[in-house]
Amino acid sequence: MSFSTVLPYLLSGISVGGQYALIAIGYTMVYGILRLINFAHGDVFMVSGILMVYLNASGLPLYISLPLSVLLTVVIGFVIERVAYKPLRSAPRMSIMISAIGVSYLLQNLVLYITGGLNQVYPTIPWISQSISVFGATTRMVTLVTPVLVVILVLALVLLINHTKVGMAMRAVSKDFETSQLMGVKINSVISVTFIIGSFLAAIGSILYFTNYTTVIQTSGAMPGLKAFVAAVFGGIGSVPGAVVGAFIIGICESIIKGLDLILLQAGVTTQMLGLSTFSDAFTFALLIVILIVKPTGLFGEKTTDKV
Amino acid sequence: MQNTISPVKKKADAATWITAGIILAVYVAVFVLEQFLPATSMLFTVLKKGATYALVAVSMNLLNGFTGLFSLGQAGFMLIGAYTYAIFSMPMEARATVYQYYDCAINVTLGVVPSLILAGLVAAAFAFLIGLPVLRLKSDYLAIATLGFAEIIRAVFQWQKLGPVTNGSNMLKDYPTFNDFNITLANGRTLYLSTLMPFIIAGVCIAIIVLLINSSYGRAFKAIRDDEVAAEAMGINLARHKQLSFCVSSFFAGVGGAMLAMYTNTIQAKTFTSAMTYEILLIVVLGGIGSVSGSCVASFLFVACSEWWLRFLDQEQYIGTWQVPLLRNGFRLVVFSIIIMLVVLFYRQGMFGMRELPDILRGKRGRRAGKGAVK
Repeated sequence: MSFSTVLPYLLSGISVGGQYALIAIGYTMVYGILRLINFAHGDVFMVSGILMVYLNASGLPLYISLPLSVLLTVVIGFVIERVAYKPLRSAPRMSIMISAIGVSYLLQNLVLYITGGLNQVYPTIPWISQSISVFGATTRMVTLVTPVLVVILVLALVLLINHTKVGMAMRAVSKDFETSQLMGVKINSVISVTFIIGSFLAAIGSILYFTNYTTVIQTSGAMPGLKAFVAAVFGGIGSVPGAVVGAFIIGICESIIKGLDLILLQAGVTTQMLGLSTFSDAFTFALLIVILIVKPTGLFGEKTTDKV
Repeated sequence: MQNTISPVKKKADAATWITAGIILAVYVAVFVLEQFLPATSMLFTVLKKGATYALVAVSMNLLNGFTGLFSLGQAGFMLIGAYTYAIFSMPMEARATVYQYYDCAINVTLGVVPSLILAGLVAAAFAFLIGLPVLRLKSDYLAIATLGFAEIIRAVFQWQKLGPVTNGSNMLKDYPTFNDFNITLANGRTLYLSTLMPFIIAGVCIAIIVLLINSSYGRAFKAIRDDEVAAEAMGINLARHKQLSFCVSSFFAGVGGAMLAMYTNTIQAKTFTSAMTYEILLIVVLGGIGSVSGSCVASFLFVACSEWWLRFLDQEQYIGTWQVPLLRNGFRLVVFSIIIMLVVLFYRQGMFGMRELPDILRGKRGRRAGKGAVK
């Protein structure tokens, strides 16, 4: 097996893994605090891409449209929490999850209505969409930028969680919702901050992801969203570093499987194409099921006990 | 004075009889309408698809509403059912043209009813295998794991190596559909049964589910839903009952999938996405989680709205010369999802709550309806 066959897949795996990581953080933080799988998070990510398409089409220069799309995504994330999740805070967990599915359905249909269900071409962002060559493999700048950016953002986030007052409140709320409320933590603002951070990272992720994949459609958020959630579970839900590690593992595995046919063929293991790339999505879920059965708390998750 | 001694029982009987009457009337109406209205009428499309969705929604309700297992794998089991039905009921002579790129591996053709049952059995067998590891998980982990399985199943069915069985990612067609139920009589007239048959299939299946819910198994399911620990303490074998509920639900989801295949005339694995599961979940929520009749009514309303009544929202409309704004392709779905969000947020009980049709006729509040409203 030659290194040059694997390298392009490895590179794209690292890149897509980093993009999943940015989405996964949103899932893991929301789950840590609300015990809610925010099914709409993947769609917020997609909406961010659509916003960028439309802002760019309206003729705004990039240095305005880029921050503006991030800002609007954050606002959308905030509004979704206030409108769809806050009224259900004392409802059974299933209701709030159904509400999340409803929001996801609404966002997808809204985008379908606005775009007419056509693929929208994501604007080219100079510099990060440049082609470069790494050890003989041609790739885009975004592939190299993503991991670096992810590490910086995650470090900043960990600092925020561990060393600021808001971060302390977040940790308290995720430990015990009711008690922290009694201790004077303003639950609603903590939850809002969580959604704002999650949406912000999803917006950054969407810029990187769609620079790579170039087209946005109403369903393009669903799969990355689910995979990012799997990454969050894999790394131990509630743990930010766990989500990042999980996302990179999933991104790399997925990308390698996409190229596995070719790699096996060149290594002489098989003599014909097996069509294994069909399983690049399924693999993620197989991994999820294995991890849930073997170690339900994930790689870095804390052990929780259910109270009767 | 028998009447004064047991008034409740007498009243219950009346409500039950009225319900039975309504159901019978619906069947008769379907049969009669089909003979007189043109077969292309939108009404029949809605009724056929509605019956299919009603069965799938009730099967999902058995799991989510009655056993408290939040599963999102319905589309996967429907896919298995649809494929099993299509593969086994396809006539021999059609196989060569359908399996263009592969040598068809299965060369047995069964009748429609055996194929339907087989569709359910295969789905249930898969559910049994999937259930072994997955049912140990709780609430949202279970949801995401079953969702994952549905995705895996979808990928496996599209794998080219399975092409001789599943026809790879190409579509399956030319198997018996609902329209094949129409019988041409000796005098040249046609007896239209294409809408009545899905009603009968779905009706029989739903009746079996209702019988199951009202049996001791059903009571055990409800106990598990209300409190797992207490149910276990009362001697209910959790693993066995969860597995049973999961398999039965998947069996009927499989049959429902087969009916969907009959409705759509062609099937392709890529259409059985998680969006389909979400649609069915929303039907269950609209009808009321834990109400069989709610799911049935909701699925007909859902299908009627999305296929028929709200269609006008997708076209430009004029009142006089004034063009109504916003109306264009896709607006129907937006309105639809807003309605669903409103129901989810402000009307969490759905249409029927946990009550059934006879309960509503009695004008009785459901046992848990009040509790839910306070919460």
